[in-house]
Amino acid sequence: MSSATKTGAMVSAEKSSGLEMIRVRGLTKTYHAGDVDVHALRGVDLDVARGEFLAIIGPSGSGKSTLFNILGGLTPPTDGQVWIDGVDLRGLSESQRTEMRQRKIGFVFQKYNLLPTLTARDNIALAQNLSHRNAPPPGFDEILQMLGIKDRLGRRPRALSGGEQQRVAIARALVTQPAILLADEPTGNLDTENSVAVLNILRDLNMRNRQTILMITHNPEAAAYADRIVAIRDGEMHDA
Amino acid sequence: MINKLVLENLKARWVRTFLSALVVGVQVMSILTLIGLSDGLLEQSANRAKGSGADIFLKPGAQNTFSLSSGQVLQKFVPLVAKQPHVAAAVPVLIVPVQVVTSMNGVDLTELERVTGRIRFLEGGPPKGLDDLLVDEYYAKQNKVRVGRTVRMLNHDWRVCGVIPAGLLGRFIVPLQRLQQLTGNAEPARISQILIKLDDPALVNQEVEYLNQLLKGNLQAISMSAFVSQFSMNSIPELKAFVGVITVISVVVGFLVVFLSMYTAVVERTREIGILKALGAKPLTILDILVREAIILAILGWIIGLGLSFAAKTIVMTFLPASLPVVTVPDWWPIAAAIAIVGALLGAVYPGLKAARQDAIEALAYE
Ligand SMILES: Nc1ncnc2c1ncn2[C@@H]1O[C@H](COP(=O)(O)OP(=O)(O)O)[C@@H](O)[C@H]1O
Ligand SMILES: [Mg+2]
Repeated sequence: MSSATKTGAMVSAEKSSGLEMIRVRGLTKTYHAGDVDVHALRGVDLDVARGEFLAIIGPSGSGKSTLFNILGGLTPPTDGQVWIDGVDLRGLSESQRTEMRQRKIGFVFQKYNLLPTLTARDNIALAQNLSHRNAPPPGFDEILQMLGIKDRLGRRPRALSGGEQQRVAIARALVTQPAILLADEPTGNLDTENSVAVLNILRDLNMRNRQTILMITHNPEAAAYADRIVAIRDGEMHDA
Repeated sequence: MINKLVLENLKARWVRTFLSALVVGVQVMSILTLIGLSDGLLEQSANRAKGSGADIFLKPGAQNTFSLSSGQVLQKFVPLVAKQPHVAAAVPVLIVPVQVVTSMNGVDLTELERVTGRIRFLEGGPPKGLDDLLVDEYYAKQNKVRVGRTVRMLNHDWRVCGVIPAGLLGRFIVPLQRLQQLTGNAEPARISQILIKLDDPALVNQEVEYLNQLLKGNLQAISMSAFVSQFSMNSIPELKAFVGVITVISVVVGFLVVFLSMYTAVVERTREIGILKALGAKPLTILDILVREAIILAILGWIIGLGLSFAAKTIVMTFLPASLPVVTVPDWWPIAAAIAIVGALLGAVYPGLKAARQDAIEALAYE
């Protein structure tokens, strides 16, 4: 079954049914680099169901990160519509998009992006704090257990391996109980062993906690851990 | 948690944190030491006035207390004043500035004792000739001067005849006649002020009024207490202006230091700011973080400054007690803190806004 379709511009007028966690219609993004226009996304349609683990696979420069940034509310699209958990991003102000990031999105980046001056524990606590939560969500302790970082929490990122840092980053993303976990090349900087560990964790999270995950990757082996794979090439979606 | 982030950030680049705080601290020290010095000089003048034991001062009419020109009063007024009722003694004094912040007092010592009471000598005794010089204990200590030594002042060689306790008129006392000759105040004889001792101190206010009527603006009588109260910063506009300038300079320096420190911090931490934004930090939160860092720098600087000002005071009072009397000015501690914080806040504004406006994606892409 595939929800990634090229149905053209008329679908962009559709209303979200509210059933999907992510719904994208006719999404375009054009960068202006000097005189040249770079069409990073050229009319993307996409649906991600609640509790789905979706991988988007594509070669370098195909527009994966651009899509990731738009879905995460980090940058606005040039045209088209995006609904996150039923909310139309077009209608949101800058500050509302920030709030959406606090409450609905958990980011996992290729480069971990932990704050270097804080310990693992404090990195996680800061994210919790920024989303105005007083305590980690119920079951967070089991998540830490599963991530295998409980005895690493007192360390700063410098004192952690890449795999450990990425697992802390996953914990940080999950402490806000996000509706969606967005991961951009989460294994891009890891060796095979650590990659497999991280991918297993993502799959476990999805299966046990019904965590919706959208993972971006250029690696077919990584993509294979997902429920469903769609391909992106030159800013357009294709069935994988 | 934000506070923790702020502290960890400052700790992570502690050398810069320390240096910035140190510069702010030096500013705080400069303020406190300069204020302490001016207060010390004022206090010293007030104490000397009190130490003279006079009940009333007679000064040139309508003249500012801090006029440094000497010899404004004709000495011929002295006998007139001396024979007024209730005046027990009227002693002429000529005050001549020497060595920047101190003065030489010309007075007849026997007459002076009628106002001050018997003068105690730590060493030596009263002048026997016109070229004899009395110095106070601080001057003697600082310059290792002993009785019998010759000291050159006002282009004249003086023989040190005695050392007296500090707080009597000034650091140097010489015979009036010689000082008048040396400073062109001999013909006609001129003096700076007349010290008056009354037979009944309770009559001070009454006597001040009486003398002012009698002397009709040629001379102005002022009671000891009124005179002493003039030795405060508020009664000296020049000093207030000077303190204002120092304050502005301190704010500007604090601003520059914190600005540079924060600006580099913001550039260095571009990527971290992007992370915070991705995690849902609002621009105001980012600004808040930097403002807190700046305030902590200011407070650290203030603490260092307090420490330095005590050190400076100790050093000055150990090595230069005669030239620079520095006092501790706790009244100014909160003011110095405010100055440091204002400078730091101004310095944090631009880097803070730059960081707050930073685009999250560009920041995350920053290497
Ligand atoms: N900020 C930008 N300005 C200009 N061009 C950009 C910018 N970001 C990405 N691009 C271009 O858009 C295209 C898609 O980039 P990106 O979404 O990063 O692809 P991917 O993540 O799949 O490698 C590329 O051609 C890239 O050069
Ligand atoms: Mg990419």
